[in-house]
Amino acid sequence: MDVLTLSRFQFAVATYFHFLFVPLTLGLSLLVAIMQTIWVRSGDEDYRRMTKFWGKLFLINFAIGVVTGITLEFQFGTNWSRYSTFVGDIFGSLLAIEATAAFFLESTFIAVWFFGWDRLSKRAHLLSVWLVAIASNVSAFWILVANAWMQSPVGFTVRNGRAELTDFVAVITQKFAILEVVHTVGGAYITAGFFVLGISAWHLLRRQHVAFFTKSFRLAAVWALVFSLFEVAQGHMNAEILGTKQPMKLASMESQWETVRGAPMNLVQWPDEKNERNRIEALSVPRALSLLAHYDVNAEVKGLKEVPPADRPPVLPVFLSFRAMVGLAFLFIGLSAWAFLRRREPVRSSPVLLKALVWSIPLPYLANELGWTLAEVGRQPWIVYGLMRTADAVSPISTVQVGVSALGFVLLYTLLGIADIYLLAKVARRGPADEARPEPAPLPAQA
Amino acid sequence: MLETIWFVLWGVLWTVYFVLDGFDLGLGMLMPWLARNDGERRVIFNAQGPFWDGNEVWLLTAGGATFAAFPKTYAVMFSSLYTPLMLLLFALILRGISFEMRSKEEASWWRRTWDTCMVVGSFLPALLLGVAFANIFAGLPIDAQGIFHGNLLTLLNPYGLLGGVLFVLLFAVHGSLWLTIKTEGEMRERGARMAARLWPLLLVVAVAFLAYTAFATPLWTNVLARPVFLVFPLAAVAGLIAGRWFMARRAWWKAWGASAVTIAGAVAFGVAGLFPNLLPSRLDPAASLTAFNSASTHLTLSIMLGVALVFVPVVLAYQFWVYRTFSFPISAAEIERSSHAY
Ligand code: HDD
Ligand code: HEM
Ligand code: HEM
Repeated sequence: MDVLTLSRFQFAVATYFHFLFVPLTLGLSLLVAIMQTIWVRSGDEDYRRMTKFWGKLFLINFAIGVVTGITLEFQFGTNWSRYSTFVGDIFGSLLAIEATAAFFLESTFIAVWFFGWDRLSKRAHLLSVWLVAIASNVSAFWILVANAWMQSPVGFTVRNGRAELTDFVAVITQKFAILEVVHTVGGAYITAGFFVLGISAWHLLRRQHVAFFTKSFRLAAVWALVFSLFEVAQGHMNAEILGTKQPMKLASMESQWETVRGAPMNLVQWPDEKNERNRIEALSVPRALSLLAHYDVNAEVKGLKEVPPADRPPVLPVFLSFRAMVGLAFLFIGLSAWAFLRRREPVRSSPVLLKALVWSIPLPYLANELGWTLAEVGRQPWIVYGLMRTADAVSPISTVQVGVSALGFVLLYTLLGIADIYLLAKVARRGPADEARPEPAPLPAQA
Repeated sequence: MLETIWFVLWGVLWTVYFVLDGFDLGLGMLMPWLARNDGERRVIFNAQGPFWDGNEVWLLTAGGATFAAFPKTYAVMFSSLYTPLMLLLFALILRGISFEMRSKEEASWWRRTWDTCMVVGSFLPALLLGVAFANIFAGLPIDAQGIFHGNLLTLLNPYGLLGGVLFVLLFAVHGSLWLTIKTEGEMRERGARMAARLWPLLLVVAVAFLAYTAFATPLWTNVLARPVFLVFPLAAVAGLIAGRWFMARRAWWKAWGASAVTIAGAVAFGVAGLFPNLLPSRLDPAASLTAFNSASTHLTLSIMLGVALVFVPVVLAYQFWVYRTFSFPISAAEIERSSHAY
């Protein structure tokens, strides 16, 4: 394998892994902040215990989110140095803003929250958890604006052999970026909703801590339903904008080979990349694709044959990840709607629902990773769409170096993943009982 | 002008990083000598607990600022230092994760594993950062295309290694002194003894490094060309001596502050001695990357300056508050009772 392939593999491993932790951080930080707010306002002890129990799971997840993020920040320089030189003027500043405006806040106040239970006033302590939640979401904004710029570069001109910034506001307010932020964050909130629902369902199936998990269930059911509905309604806009910004990604998603007006949408189909056609096409809805992509039944939809094969993304992974993501989206609506209807007494609802919820915990994770596969693989062969090819972006380093580090990532991350799942499962199964023990005596006053 | 301002800011970010995370790294690597049993090891973890993560972000920001302000330097520096950087990242992962993991499980093999991660994950970054910076001071073998002609062994030259040892010792003293602030009784004494024992060693290595620097790098020539910059090496030496003096008087905060001045002075000396280079080339001076030939556009530099001027003071303010709120001494017994400790 060459440096390019290895670097892509390593980057994929590192980002997929990082994004196993990010969604839960984004969503659960808010849910924990909401729980703590309810406790502070109502004095309901269950909500204090909920804050602690879900907060503990949040912290374990957060820790791995943090350490896996650091490697990404540096990989642009280590593995994609030509890319970094080319885009640094724009992309580098977005990353630096993320660190100064969000990571400091997040990392500092997560510690204040954890160590501050007996040290801060109730309100100051509540503020610290909100700062963590807000900072996490602000960090998502900046990194996604950076990513959106790779997907849809704006506000720049190519001069001196690099992309130079001309319009910062255009970069951070372009529609593509806003849609990407909203959609990614929405997916993250779904993840947290199903995480809380699933663990609550596991305990309710066993009739443990019923009051505690009913309250958790109720909050999460509403939350998951709201964001599942939102995600489907909103996700359509991400697809639509591709029609103008990245027509080849859209064509791969739909496996559309020919450029046609009034393009239909096939509910069942299978791409055949070698022969540039579809092996199967069935259940065709006339003109639906044109309508969805351009709000016009007669609009032209660009097909893959529009560009030479070297300029097309790999069709199959893009096609499949899109279908699977959309399929999961509807499953989430169904499940969360069912949970919503049973939210008053979930312990008496059908065990089928509760079991399904337990087994659904991994599904939003899967949907998120599929979404990223669609977004990133669908961007190929470009690293910056239309401007720079991935193949031209890689560092002048040796195969051995990248081979060894890639192997290191796989090994280290596998071990981290095992340790993390083990701990999460242990804490989740033990339930809040541990939290009910009397508070430790306050620490002695500061010397 | 903007380029120069960003060069200074770049130096400031690295300086703050080393001053702050330096004590975490020092404490972590000395754990086997500072802690005798499980409870004491938890003290080591919790003495860094409320701070380490916020400290580490200074490293991210220094890296991010390099990317934003000097993209070409970021690209060439990070790809040239590929292997040491990967080792650094893996080490930081192991360290970072050991905080959360270690005490969540009773089994002794589990705790021993994470303790090892803490020690290795603290020692390696200190060593590697020292090696990397010394090599940068001396210049890397990079050509005009920004291609690095060397490997890991190129970096492990005597001067680079001496730089590594210097960083390790600086942080070890810094960390021991932090323990005297964050604990009382026996652990405080142990921290004090450790700092006092390492101090002569640090002195010898620091003097050797400063002398070797005169032969291996153009730093001294640069600094002497603008004599105001002499305040940096002088501050480093003054801090070193003052530190010993405060240790003898058991003024722990002051001794730690003096150690912070030593670290800051040493880093500032190196950065000032580099100016305007960020990454000098040993092969061809014309291939060196400087604050001017690798900078971003003025538009980007101005926007980033605005961001830095707003956020860096705010960050310093709330981190200062965190240090004030959480610098009280802790003990193994309290940690045992608390559910809010690592
Ligand atoms: C949609 C959100 C999102 C996305 C796409 C990414 N991250 Fe991330 N990142 C976060 C959202 C986030 C977060 C929610 O803020 C994290 C995750 C878990 C956490 O603890 O903070 C975080 C942590 C985190 C950290 C550690 C911060 C600290 O020390 O506190 C770094 C350095 C990065 N990320 C960098 C990156 C880079 C370079 C990415 C691109 C390849 C990236 N992240 C993708
Ligand atoms: C966190 C969620 C993300 C996931 C799961 C993800 C996934 C991937 C994958 C699978 C690849 C390899 C694609 C291929 O080579 O075919 C890739 C490449 C890349 N991604 Fe992402 N990505 C994520 C976020 C981001 C973000 C936020 C950025 C930038 C801010 C980014 C920048 C890049 C770069 C620079 C490459 C390497 C070049 C390339 O192969 O195109 N990614 N990512
Ligand atoms: C019917 C429902 C959905 C539609 C139509 C949809 C549409 C899309 C489209 C078109 C993209 C690619 C955007 C791009 O490449 O720029 C995308 C990306 C993505 N999707 Fe979805 N999506 C849906 C549901 C979901 C769900 C349920 C999740 C997660 C729980 C999710 C998570 C993601 C993520 C993380 C990305 C990558 C980031 C981004 O590009 O925004 N999506 N989605």
